Amino acid sequence: MRVPVMNRASIDAMTDETAVAGRSLWADARIRFFRNKAAVAGLIVLACVTIFALFGQFLTPWSNEEVDWGMLGQVAEVGGPSLENKHYFGVDELGRDLYARTVQGTRISLMVGIVGALISVIVGTIWGATAGYIGGRVDNIMMRIVDVMMAIPYMFVLILLLVVFGRSILMLFIGIGLISWLDMARIARGQTLSIKNKEFIEAAIAIGVSTPTIIRRHIVPNLLGVVIVYSTLLVPSMIIFESFISFLGLGVQEPSTSWGALISDGASQMRYGVPWQLGFPLFFFIITLFAFFFVGDGLRDALDPKDR
Amino acid sequence: MNDTLLSVENLSVTFPIKPQGAWPWTPMLGLKAVKDVSFSIAPGETLGIVGESGSGKSTLARAIIGTVPTSAGAVRWQGTDLTTLDVTERRKHRRDVQMIFQDPLAALNPRMTVGEIIAEPLITHYPNTPKNEVKEKVRDLMSRVGLLPNLINRYPHEFSGGQCQRIGIARALILKPKLLLCDEPVSALDVSVQAQVINLLKELQAELGLSLIFIAHDLSVVKHISSRIAVLYLGRLMETAPAKELIEHPMHPYTQALVSSVPIPDPDAESNRQAQSLSGELPSPIHPPSGCVFRTRCPKARATCAENVPDAQFPHPDHAVFCPHFQE
Repeated sequence: MRVPVMNRASIDAMTDETAVAGRSLWADARIRFFRNKAAVAGLIVLACVTIFALFGQFLTPWSNEEVDWGMLGQVAEVGGPSLENKHYFGVDELGRDLYARTVQGTRISLMVGIVGALISVIVGTIWGATAGYIGGRVDNIMMRIVDVMMAIPYMFVLILLLVVFGRSILMLFIGIGLISWLDMARIARGQTLSIKNKEFIEAAIAIGVSTPTIIRRHIVPNLLGVVIVYSTLLVPSMIIFESFISFLGLGVQEPSTSWGALISDGASQMRYGVPWQLGFPLFFFIITLFAFFFVGDGLRDALDPKDR
Repeated sequence: MNDTLLSVENLSVTFPIKPQGAWPWTPMLGLKAVKDVSFSIAPGETLGIVGESGSGKSTLARAIIGTVPTSAGAVRWQGTDLTTLDVTERRKHRRDVQMIFQDPLAALNPRMTVGEIIAEPLITHYPNTPKNEVKEKVRDLMSRVGLLPNLINRYPHEFSGGQCQRIGIARALILKPKLLLCDEPVSALDVSVQAQVINLLKELQAELGLSLIFIAHDLSVVKHISSRIAVLYLGRLMETAPAKELIEHPMHPYTQALVSSVPIPDPDAESNRQAQSLSGELPSPIHPPSGCVFRTRCPKARATCAENVPDAQFPHPDHAVFCPHFQE
């Protein structure tokens, strides 16, 4: 075999000034993630559900509050899913279009899930990273606050909040925001404790980087892998949480709706021969949760290849 | 003395240790990692610090750089005691003293590119430097430490250990420090790469007029780079002398044992070598032996050794030995 002769020119060509793009750990993780079929399928399902929630209402002439008077009183006989009268998913017990209501409910439920997860990521990560990095008394005080808040039966508090301040979507977000970051703060703190003894943190201190910058530049980016995985698993639990509140009748207010409210209504109408009223919301609920779990699993494998 | 850059005076570092099964009110035990260490270093000089594992070499370096709290003594940087400064003042002084770490990969943030890592000291101390200038400096420094400047956007995990150590050196040098602390910079590298890194440090030192404090447990590495060597045992100084003198005429029994244990790269000489091995293990730094800490393993130990902590003896003005019986 002939060995190619490396002359000066070819070496120069290799070492020319164009900077080689590095492959970051994030890029590595992305490649691993897209190799995982179940996770990609989950991602596609999530994308479809999101598109459905954002643009679904343009496909129907009905709105989520309009009553189709022709259906009233004979929902079981003529209210089923049909393409002729444009009630693709049928109507609910008051003759409102279930397709429009499902679109609207999907929007609320996804929003609750995403807002809950966002609050928990932002507040929980900063709280946990600060407590873990500074340590000592600050850590003790901050984590005891978390412990105290965890000890409060949050379902009870949330129900009280909704009863006292009235049922509104804002109150629901506040309630979810109050509780969702607690677990995240603990996870972030634990992870910070293992990162803060690494030599690159010591190097940063030796360089003279200030404490807030160390947390922002060195701790948080190294936490994010764990945090992202946990937050994708947190979104479905937030959705379930909201559904439960709505199922109890304390969530969103009519005529707005959410998956939990729709499922609750559908379940109460089951014996009148209108299975579509339960079936469609439940279908969306289940595929979304499954998709989130698959994506979360895929992310965990992709971001932490050692843990597989 | 104006020509000393850094002087360490009776420096002690004691870590509080919770005894086993302690109650919250049980008094803490003190682990004396470094005790009464004094030395000074002139501009352009290289001080080697040797000692076995657990002798407090790294703690000493961290006390100088200020990442572990000191419990007594002073670290004087051109006359100012760094241990008494407040946080902001201390931060300003950090640009003059930089450090290279033992584990090259662990010392680099895996989520940052090489360019960001090397530029970090610069943007920390001079946040208003224009981006082009920062990039220019980083590229310049990368080629100086023997890295291709076009690797600027790569991430640490894409480099070998030796390259990572070069990145660490580049980061330490970007602020043009006057003193570089090297905490076992080559012990995680293989021998051929060790030589490259040490020669790089020597070159850079000659070029930039740096002072080095070079910590290692390998005497043959330290001998190659240092102008003076200090020997540490259980956090105490045993002997300091010019490098050549210390290797050729070790006076302290511990140094003698260390020097005689260095293998000779010649099979004939090696087989005739009389290694003077020490028996026993390093005593606990929580309950160190009274008097001279080395007496439990010293071949010359006698009853009086347990009584007083030995003072420095000076066989030459430059050569300090902490053993009263070194002449026997």
